[in-house]
Amino acid sequence: MTKPLGFEKPLGMRDYLPDVLAKQRYIEQKVNTCMTRWGYQEILTPTLEYYDTVGDASATLDSKLFKLLDRQGRTLVLRPDVTAPIARVVSSLMKDEPRPLRLMYNTNVFRAQQNEAGRNAEFIQSGVELIGDATVDADAEVIALAVASLKAAGLEEFKIVVGHVDFIEGLLEETLSNEDEREKLKERLHNSDYVGFRQDVETLSISDAEKSRLYGILKLRGGAERLAEAEALTINGRARKAVRNLQQLWLALEAYEVTDSIMFDFNLLSSLDYYTGILFEGYAADQGWPVCGGGRYDRLISQFGIDNPSTGFAIKMDRLVQASPLNPEGAEKKIYIIYDQQTRSEAIRKAQQLRGEAIVVTGTMPPSQPVDEVIDVRGGGVDV
Amino acid sequence: MSKLTVAMPKGRIFEEAVELLRRAGLSIPPEFEESRKLIIPVEEVGMDFILAKPADVPTYVEYGVADIGVVGKDVLLEEERDVYELLDLKISHCRLSVAGLPDWKPTDAPRVATKFPKVASRYFREQGAQVEIIKLNGSIELAPLIGLADRIVDIVSTGRTLKENGLVEMEEIMPITSRLIANRVSYRMKSEAIDFIIDKFATVIPRGVEV
Repeated sequence: MTKPLGFEKPLGMRDYLPDVLAKQRYIEQKVNTCMTRWGYQEILTPTLEYYDTVGDASATLDSKLFKLLDRQGRTLVLRPDVTAPIARVVSSLMKDEPRPLRLMYNTNVFRAQQNEAGRNAEFIQSGVELIGDATVDADAEVIALAVASLKAAGLEEFKIVVGHVDFIEGLLEETLSNEDEREKLKERLHNSDYVGFRQDVETLSISDAEKSRLYGILKLRGGAERLAEAEALTINGRARKAVRNLQQLWLALEAYEVTDSIMFDFNLLSSLDYYTGILFEGYAADQGWPVCGGGRYDRLISQFGIDNPSTGFAIKMDRLVQASPLNPEGAEKKIYIIYDQQTRSEAIRKAQQLRGEAIVVTGTMPPSQPVDEVIDVRGGGVDV
Repeated sequence: MSKLTVAMPKGRIFEEAVELLRRAGLSIPPEFEESRKLIIPVEEVGMDFILAKPADVPTYVEYGVADIGVVGKDVLLEEERDVYELLDLKISHCRLSVAGLPDWKPTDAPRVATKFPKVASRYFREQGAQVEIIKLNGSIELAPLIGLADRIVDIVSTGRTLKENGLVEMEEIMPITSRLIANRVSYRMKSEAIDFIIDKFATVIPRGVEV
């Protein structure tokens, strides 16, 4: 084993230098203020959790968890997301608080190393959870808040793409009685392998009409007009209910006046059986990966013993910061006071007075960074 | 419509894909193929073409520096990138096969040389066989001839290279064609432009050609 060199850090870990961090904090603050104004209260949960509780409930793949052992030999995980810890809290410490609960967070989460650039193993997530509200209005509120949050971060060109877990499940159930065949097709969709999906459908022993219904799934991506097309593909039951659900969502989103930023994709699937209804992802122009994602998870909290239909989303801050055109404006004046041994007390006193309104640095050497004003209190009044 | 960046592998797939685009009625200038530039803007169709090594095409598309790309199924399987596989272009037909010397006999410690270690090891595992994989970057046919491996997994199109080197095709793993792939975000943010390309391709993809 080679020893790490002095400059190295574990894979996927990153340093935030002042300029980058200033931008990140600035945007976090904009986003968090937006969430707070919608009535979401900040919560903070521990960095370490038990693997058997939070690790198990989390939507993060087991292979991506950072695991360690405590002194009793129990397995711990570094918080892989915040939704699962919040589920734990609302079903224990907050179990008697009246529902719905509106909670927000802005904290770091950990996902084990990927071998490549651009995928951090530790990153800041900012998000909200609306707990104990099963209505479509709750789904709409959370999606509208996602739009508002991305706007607060200054994004101009972005889309929230909305899908529904039950649509694909229901449509496959209606069309295919064989579960293996259904699972195979679902896996194709999970892997975004539309070619393989078509090839598999071709070989099924079902009628051409049924085949064309299945092919139809792949085209259901676009605006509100897709809702009617989706409904036409359904016969009854689960899939149709899912479309109705999305129709109601659309009406609610119209009231929020955010439909310009919304698009439907009936093939949007989550990789794990985590979401139970409406789900969505947010994309910013010129960013290769989603900046946020969320949806309804009605079963997660029941794993902790309480039945609480909930919905929420999380923003990946590093991606949002990359996509955001905002920059922390240099609003505060920077002053540098230069002194010598005789004038030290005077300089420090003056600095304390000025710090009410400005950033003030004192020193005996000339300023090392650009400042708006240099005050020289040295006896001789030597120019710098 | 938004501008698309298209990643294309150099060589045969590129020529056949460009030919397909031309047949679909997109005006791509004739001097296009001769260019040695790596980024070729084609204003007429609102696309920038990036010319890359085949194995890198899915990488460019996954990271979103290219919106769409054309790449062989062999590379897609090997690279395991998170991209949307939208269309089978049914060009650059070939197959992924196991080959070896005609007098090959099962060995205690089978060794397979290949450019596609992930695909090869997955295939042999599915067959219930445990083999050692040796990754090579080219001239795979050499391996059994000089005793580096007893079999190879490689792309076969006409079978001429195998034949000229005294090797025989033993099993076909799967047929391979080129696919149109898209980045997860572009697929939605630039849906109009991507659907336009899909529709164009769909009009000229050879139908009913199965390998």
